[in-house]
Amino acid sequence: MGENGYILEMLDITKEFPGVKALDNVKLQVAPGTVHALMGENGAGKSTLMKCLFGIYHKDAGRIIYNGEEVNFTDPKHALDNGISMVHQELNQVLARSVMENIWLGRFPTKGILIDHKKMYDDTKVIFEDLGIDVDPRQIIGDLSVSQRQMIEIAKAVSYDSKILIFDEPTSSLTEREVDHLFEIIDRLRERGLGMVYISHKMDEIFKIADDITIMRDGKWVHTGPVKELNMDRIISLMVGRDMTERFPEKTNVVSDEVILKVEGLTGEYQPTVVDASFEVHAGEILGISGLVGARRTELVETIFGYRTRHSGKIYYKGEEIKIKNPLQAIKKDFALLTEERRATGIFGDLSVLFNSTISHLDAYAKFGVVDNKKMAKDTQWVIDSMAVKTPSQKQAIGNLSGGNQQKVIIGRWLLNEPEVLMMDEPTRGIDVGAKYEIYKLMNDLASRGKAIIFVSSEMPELLGVADRIMVMSNGHVAGIVNAKETDQEELLRLAAKYL
Amino acid sequence: METTKKKRDIKRILLDNAIYIILLVIIAVIVILEPSFFNIRNASFILAQASPRLILALGVAGIIILGGTDLAAGRMVGMAAVITASLLQDPNSILRVYPNMPQLPVILPILLAMLICAAFSVFHGFMVAKFKVAPFIASLGIQQIVFGAFSIYFQNLNDAQPLASLDPKFTAFVQTGFSIGSFWCPMIIIYAVLCTIIMYFIWNKTKIGKNMYAVGGNPEAATVCGVNLLKTFLLVYFIAGMLYGFSGSLEAARTGSVTNQLGAEYALDAIAACVVGGVSMRGGIGRISGVVIGVVVFQVINYGLNYLGVNPYMQYIVKGAIILVAVAIDTQKYLKKK
Repeated sequence: MGENGYILEMLDITKEFPGVKALDNVKLQVAPGTVHALMGENGAGKSTLMKCLFGIYHKDAGRIIYNGEEVNFTDPKHALDNGISMVHQELNQVLARSVMENIWLGRFPTKGILIDHKKMYDDTKVIFEDLGIDVDPRQIIGDLSVSQRQMIEIAKAVSYDSKILIFDEPTSSLTEREVDHLFEIIDRLRERGLGMVYISHKMDEIFKIADDITIMRDGKWVHTGPVKELNMDRIISLMVGRDMTERFPEKTNVVSDEVILKVEGLTGEYQPTVVDASFEVHAGEILGISGLVGARRTELVETIFGYRTRHSGKIYYKGEEIKIKNPLQAIKKDFALLTEERRATGIFGDLSVLFNSTISHLDAYAKFGVVDNKKMAKDTQWVIDSMAVKTPSQKQAIGNLSGGNQQKVIIGRWLLNEPEVLMMDEPTRGIDVGAKYEIYKLMNDLASRGKAIIFVSSEMPELLGVADRIMVMSNGHVAGIVNAKETDQEELLRLAAKYL
Repeated sequence: METTKKKRDIKRILLDNAIYIILLVIIAVIVILEPSFFNIRNASFILAQASPRLILALGVAGIIILGGTDLAAGRMVGMAAVITASLLQDPNSILRVYPNMPQLPVILPILLAMLICAAFSVFHGFMVAKFKVAPFIASLGIQQIVFGAFSIYFQNLNDAQPLASLDPKFTAFVQTGFSIGSFWCPMIIIYAVLCTIIMYFIWNKTKIGKNMYAVGGNPEAATVCGVNLLKTFLLVYFIAGMLYGFSGSLEAARTGSVTNQLGAEYALDAIAACVVGGVSMRGGIGRISGVVIGVVVFQVINYGLNYLGVNPYMQYIVKGAIILVAVAIDTQKYLKKK
């Protein structure tokens, strides 16, 4: 430990990319036995700072002091060997191999030239018992749930005897119960004296788990102090640099009597599927869909959109029965689906912002199959301007933008289609407060113009704040539909557990 | 600070233009070893030789961008060459395999060859898109079937003797040309240029092209965006097949004597040229200009090494090394900058 009580100090860190100062004299000081929250909007420089720590980026200036000594790690492995590890938001695991092989990958215990499976098993078991993880080390990791896989990632970090553990949005795909388990593990690690950095956009978690907080804005250090001294509004205003009195925009939409979309007894062909789902969405309405992980909310919207195969049930659009077999037909009927997994089913990472903006709208630019590039450039500019996308140019590969900006481009893509029914699956996941607010406002505006919106979210506050009605799903079934104004988190949770 | 930035910029420029630099270096080395290489006649020869290869590579490149590969392309060329050569022999020759057939207009057998290649290619695309057969394996299967099928035709036709004495009109179709100053430009180069322009147009200005990049870049996202995967596959494979057929027909007229072994190595050469030109095997990335330059690089090497009289086995080593070096350099562009 350093003389001043910190185990890790990053001082005056500066990092410049061509044209952008990503980090400008940033500092972060972590004490052992504490959880230090690192907050800031997307693009504030949190990830860049961590990448400088792990040697993925080379800092232009500044010092990193670890255990009282100045260090410069050359790559993540180097940092790991020195006791600094990171639990990533996106898990990098070899899915087809066992849990223990994933943990000990690259340093398997050996007996002569053979791998010592027994020792590997026993060592894994010890760590799991220590952390209260109930998973068989021999199980194939791909068969586990995301949360279990995340626990294993933490166990792996512990197995390296880490002194510093960095969590990058660890709860973005966990249910409440799983989050509680994660926090129990974090508490144990805190008692053992580990220093932890916790990156998250979720305020309630920060107040629950963190001791100290550092806030960044536009690549600059803004604030460091105990979490207890701040409240949610204060944190938000420090992050955005202005007062954000409201987390949700004022609702302006008027729900009409006209039913735009009616779903009757919808069941999918293949597992996992929704079971016998029935509901209506009105013109000008935002229908929230709530539920735990595994409630099959994503399956519901994907089945409506024709991305999954329908087994039975009827779908009516403006009173007329429609039979959508694939997304193309859905798009032609003025449906749009913003998918949950941006990377897997949303973006074309290597391709440009222009390409990503216009790809689902090609018919509008094509005459006899020949597309009008000028018109495409014009619409792309509309996406960039109206969604306030931060990108150096239309030609930039979308994969180089931040997650929030990617999301804005994809939302813009669907808006170009002028959909009547817009389904958004976790549209604000991994997005900062400012951008979230913009997306809420956008939903409001669209609903005010008479569109029907289905808004799937795991965050109950935003459903309560934005939706008109909330449909709660439980284990594939519709557990209930409630009025957003008359309900609360407890009722939603109770409904979510109905069919478990 | 300033100098590191400058260094970075220079590195970028070098990387972005690596393939051109490699081409210049190769030419420079050959010219130093044999100054007579640098003349306009050689340029004409190289471009004429490169032309059918380029047309072939343009077809293969589309399939690579879809995220696949096509080992069958070379045998398709052989098939087209055998078909056109057998149907376009000199009416006055006693060596004709169809002695009683009237003299056909040149364009008919070429079109026939193109359509037959396209039919096989569409079937190939169907297997990949519909049944999700891995492209490498599917194309291996198609390669065997195509080779077997047209070899039987070839064997029965002329007792496996080379098809020669081609119709002078057919030969003229490819070999006539005109002079631009002292540069002799045979028609075959014009055909390659036309194909390149058409393919540039398809890739960059049409829905097929955009959908091709989308499917290659992220098939799942493409589906969500309403792209018809099967249709896109079939169209791209159809276009590829037409190009193979055309390329094989030109190759028949250019060489003047055809056996079923023609084109045996062309597929791998075409794939290598595409990859050297920056068409990524990951799918979704690649440009027409890259394909053109990749093919030209290979032809310069081929011709240049022969011109220098390098041992043919040594030539393999040089070509292999250039593939590795060029792709290794090009890949650096797409690695995340740190």
